[in-house]
Amino acid sequence: MRHLLDTRTLDKVTALRILDIAEDMSDTQSREVKKLPTLRGKTVVNLFFEDSTRTRISFEAAAKRLSADVINFAAKGSSVSKGESLKDTAQTLEAIGADAVVVRHPASGAPQTLATSGWISAGVVNAGDGTHEHPTQALLDAFTIRKRRFGADSRGRDLSGLRVVIVGDVLHSRVARSNVWLLTTLGADVTLVAPPTLVPQNVSLWPVRVVYDLDQALAEGPDAVMMLRIQLERMNAAYFPTEREYSRRWGLDALRLGGLPDGSIVMHPGPMNRGLEISSEAADSERSTVLEQVTNGVSIRMAVLYLLLAGERDEERGGDQ
Amino acid sequence: MSARTVLHEADVSRALTRIAHEILESNRGAENLVLLGIPTRGVTLARRLAVLISEIAQTSVPAGALDVTLFRDDLAKHPTRSPHPTDIPAGGIDGKIVVLVDDVLFSGRSIRAALDALQSIGRPAIVRLAILVDRGHRELPIRPDFIGKNIPSARSERVNVRLVEDDRSEGVTIEA
Repeated sequence: MRHLLDTRTLDKVTALRILDIAEDMSDTQSREVKKLPTLRGKTVVNLFFEDSTRTRISFEAAAKRLSADVINFAAKGSSVSKGESLKDTAQTLEAIGADAVVVRHPASGAPQTLATSGWISAGVVNAGDGTHEHPTQALLDAFTIRKRRFGADSRGRDLSGLRVVIVGDVLHSRVARSNVWLLTTLGADVTLVAPPTLVPQNVSLWPVRVVYDLDQALAEGPDAVMMLRIQLERMNAAYFPTEREYSRRWGLDALRLGGLPDGSIVMHPGPMNRGLEISSEAADSERSTVLEQVTNGVSIRMAVLYLLLAGERDEERGGDQ
Repeated sequence: MSARTVLHEADVSRALTRIAHEILESNRGAENLVLLGIPTRGVTLARRLAVLISEIAQTSVPAGALDVTLFRDDLAKHPTRSPHPTDIPAGGIDGKIVVLVDDVLFSGRSIRAALDALQSIGRPAIVRLAILVDRGHRELPIRPDFIGKNIPSARSERVNVRLVEDDRSEGVTIEA
């Protein structure tokens, strides 16, 4: 694997390989010594043009557990705020000797540009670009669903026949997009639930079903309910009348939680708006996988960095997934 | 491409029985023994040895798997390898007598990686090495304690170990 830019073009074999290697990485994290020497001498740059603490420290932990050196480059307070272009920033990283660049950018497609422009030879991992994709989040979600469902017997399995409901601001959510592509590639049935104003226009082209009524979707007894964060910073336009109304119609409250069948799980990519899209009862319940998702995120990112950096570099295959 | 068989099915079985006896002899019994195979065929051999030792000593000896992929120093020289699961028996390895088991001993680099991998899991009292085929060409100061067969080979030759559980046939061949 040369880059990880999206889940839309990720084939099933590669996706399962990442999930299975993440299982092995996860096993090593229960050992006495968690640090592995695998990527000794490699340099990973976290290039974050958008605020993100969770994703950045998750990538940082993953790189450090594999003994790679980590350089954090936050755009705020850096040369970028002085007007440096993406190209110049990238070439600076190349000159420093980055082997992999983990990039988060407000513009959809920025990681793709970085990977294909020829500015850098490093492998590129998309850590969230605009409203496009957030592939490692979807991978860790798929890993979490699989692990809860199959436990120690997870290796090699896909998600055939599992039903996943994704609820909330699909319009602005790169997490939802990455999950739609990955989960359907792995064989799951995905249902989106959102207010009509927060459903993307081209959704009819996606391999999903759209429902506007949360209770209707939950009545079908899904295996996993994934609550998306209402991104209050993006809510400047009037997508729904009030937060209270949103919470009442599309929030996962105690009553809806109680109606879920045994074994179905509640997911949230974090950070949570407690009381808005998810109630504390749901967030703290046995069904909630919120903290498992964080733990699994490190294993998934270790697997991705391993696949990008450990093997022999295959220069002529540059540009592929 | 001529493949010459150097160990037949019966030879493999005799070699393993002898190694089982040697392990028991050098350890003065089966106490504290843990057999850890290096994937993939080392795991099969470790399981077989554990059965043999358990039969001879009339006590159960645990066997597991120790993956060394993430500890290798030659990852960048090959296409990306997929790791295998590591399976440490319930009693752990602290204070135990660990016998590493692999099919072929060549450069010794897998064993070096295995020693590092062991260190991240715990601290055995003693680590020993059992090998089905020692083909020479060591690149590190590593030496097996129990050897099925010494097979002098040219560096360019290939030594193939096939085991029924993994390959549906059994034997060791050497290919030019």
